[in-house]
Amino acid sequence: MKYVDEFRDGKLARKLAKVIAREADDNRTYNLMEFCGGHTHAIFRYGVQDLMPENVKFVHGPGCPVCVLPIGRIDNAIALVEENDAILCTYGDMMRVPASGRKSLLKAKAAGADVRMVYSTQDALKLAREFPDKEVIFFAIGFETTTPPTAVAIKQAQAQGLKNFTVFCNHVLTPAAIQHILQSPEVREMGAVSIDGFLGPSHVSSVIGTEPYEFFAEEFQRPVVIAGFEPLDVMQSALMLIRQLNEGRSEVENEYTRVVTREGNLKAQALVAEVFELRREFEWRGLGMVPYSALSIKEEFAEFDAEVRFSVPKIVAYDVKGCECPSILRGVKKPTDCKLFGTVCTPENPMGSCMVSSEGACAAYWSYGRFRQPDVKGGKVIKLEKEAA
Amino acid sequence: MAAKRFPMKLNLKNGQVEMIHGSGGRAMAQLIEEVFVKHFSNELLEQGNDQALFAVDAGRMVMSCDGHVISPLFFPGGDIGSLSVHGTVNDVAMSGAKALYLSASFIIEEGYPLSDLNRIVESMAAAAKKADVMVVTGDTKVVERGKGDGVFITTTGVGVVPEGVHISGDKAQAGDVILVSGSMGDHGVAIMSSREGLEFETEILSDSAALNGLITEMVEAVPDIHCLRDPTRGGLATTLNEIAQQSNVGMQLIEDDVPVHEDVKAACELLGLDPMYVANEGKLICICAPEHADTLLKVMQNHEYGKNAAIIGNVVEDEHGFVQMETTFGGSRIVDWLAGEQLPRIC
Repeated sequence: MKYVDEFRDGKLARKLAKVIAREADDNRTYNLMEFCGGHTHAIFRYGVQDLMPENVKFVHGPGCPVCVLPIGRIDNAIALVEENDAILCTYGDMMRVPASGRKSLLKAKAAGADVRMVYSTQDALKLAREFPDKEVIFFAIGFETTTPPTAVAIKQAQAQGLKNFTVFCNHVLTPAAIQHILQSPEVREMGAVSIDGFLGPSHVSSVIGTEPYEFFAEEFQRPVVIAGFEPLDVMQSALMLIRQLNEGRSEVENEYTRVVTREGNLKAQALVAEVFELRREFEWRGLGMVPYSALSIKEEFAEFDAEVRFSVPKIVAYDVKGCECPSILRGVKKPTDCKLFGTVCTPENPMGSCMVSSEGACAAYWSYGRFRQPDVKGGKVIKLEKEAA
Repeated sequence: MAAKRFPMKLNLKNGQVEMIHGSGGRAMAQLIEEVFVKHFSNELLEQGNDQALFAVDAGRMVMSCDGHVISPLFFPGGDIGSLSVHGTVNDVAMSGAKALYLSASFIIEEGYPLSDLNRIVESMAAAAKKADVMVVTGDTKVVERGKGDGVFITTTGVGVVPEGVHISGDKAQAGDVILVSGSMGDHGVAIMSSREGLEFETEILSDSAALNGLITEMVEAVPDIHCLRDPTRGGLATTLNEIAQQSNVGMQLIEDDVPVHEDVKAACELLGLDPMYVANEGKLICICAPEHADTLLKVMQNHEYGKNAAIIGNVVEDEHGFVQMETTFGGSRIVDWLAGEQLPRIC
């Protein structure tokens, strides 16, 4: 595949690994938080950690959109479809996320609710046109990447005069979350987690640009490198972070120059600003209430807002007892620190959200990396065997 | 004679299946005669009894059944008819057996066009002929509109295992070599490309094919094949995990050596899927002793259904039964069982 294979080249990876090993200072560790689930997925899918020196570690951040959505909002979505005899459409990953009472959208569907998986907001609009007598609710989730398409859909619905289309808006904002992590007591005061630098979001940044990160790189003295999602991007970005840390710099650098600019996609930003406004606060699973970290639909588009048209009560729901998703999402704990991991919580039967999506840290650990765990004996790592031979 | 029993022929152009065609009366007899018997025609079926009667040799037989519920019913490279033959013939043949006879049970939704049913049966008959098996008995049920999804077909196959052949999923042992007969993921991507709401243009055709001919040649060349299995639902990854568990071994694969079409890679990239988990309907996995690997590879590559065959890895000792893979990138990872359905990622 042109323009993809180039960024997965094993030879280049080995060269880059040598440079990283040479430049990383043996006398310190480098804890690099990759914000996005896309990075987490690439690290495990391609075995990037294998190519890094021991003292360069990836800390998995909260950037998986299904993982950070609080349970209460999923409960809301299930109630929306069940109580209003509506068609609820959403992106595939969302279907399996566990809600309260062992429910999920997939289980609601099996029980008769009309829940449909869509690939784009356009599919949801199409459903609204096809079923004019049904309420079609789009369960919108995601970071800045998926927000502009939702804005487009709302504007199109208005232009087409659709009366049966609404959006249950759960779009959240990346910079607010990163700032919140850095401000949390564990990171800031107690020093329990040391995060030395960030691999910044790639596709999010294609929309918002690199500028929004400048404030907290400066304020918190942590370097940020906007990193693409391919494995070579991740390695190159790690190298850029190591260099910044070695030189005592805390800047925003852009590794993903083939897509991201400093100012971002102005047209998309204008669209989002036209349709959405900031929520005063929004709950993130794992992070709690984060001020100004999410979007709601502006009043002038209220007729397309599911929270206005239907009753959407505020639901406070709790994680399964013992589930460490909240700590894992902040990088405070690893999946293997959780008692539920691999015992009662597996991808087939996820208890917490981090086990649901392949971008979630727990699912990635389970699917791609569990043979590395010291308590799992017998699984031989190919690379080690080869070296021995 | 048919004209006398049923003065008005079935309208195979514009007619549709009705409840009466499943009721056991003359209408059903006519449907059987003018659609099923017409295409499947063979002496065992034409005995006209509720069962097919045939002689058996001494030895070991295998039997396998497979229900087919695919959507859409017609897809690039095949349809539910040909698939229902290939699926069961392959399941029988993976034991090393010579597949002989099939049964076919149809559940048809009221209102289904007779022309489409006729096409399906025609395609099924052609697939059976090409695979050198006979459809010798069958059943037809019609369900009310809305209670089915067009047509469901369940086929059962029987075959005879040659002497000295003992192929089984629990026979993989450390040191064995793992081969595949061609590119992975073609069928799944072809189906997805034609699903409603997900149409995208690709030239990939389903690989749906009966592999009994290929297997006969493989078994003749090397009777001591350890395992054969077709990586259907769940793809290569899931099937290898099944064998690893059954044989209580681990596996090590080399990602670079697993054949995948560029188009399939691209479609998977777009949809957030992994070709290792995408279904195949005309490919097999073969596990054999290392000294037999080259012979089998050559036999496969010389056959029309094994042109892109490749050695993709080895069986290793591993009490956890992990299937691991050295990635193209140079790292390693576990290739786990498929969890749930492969859902597309969000961003």
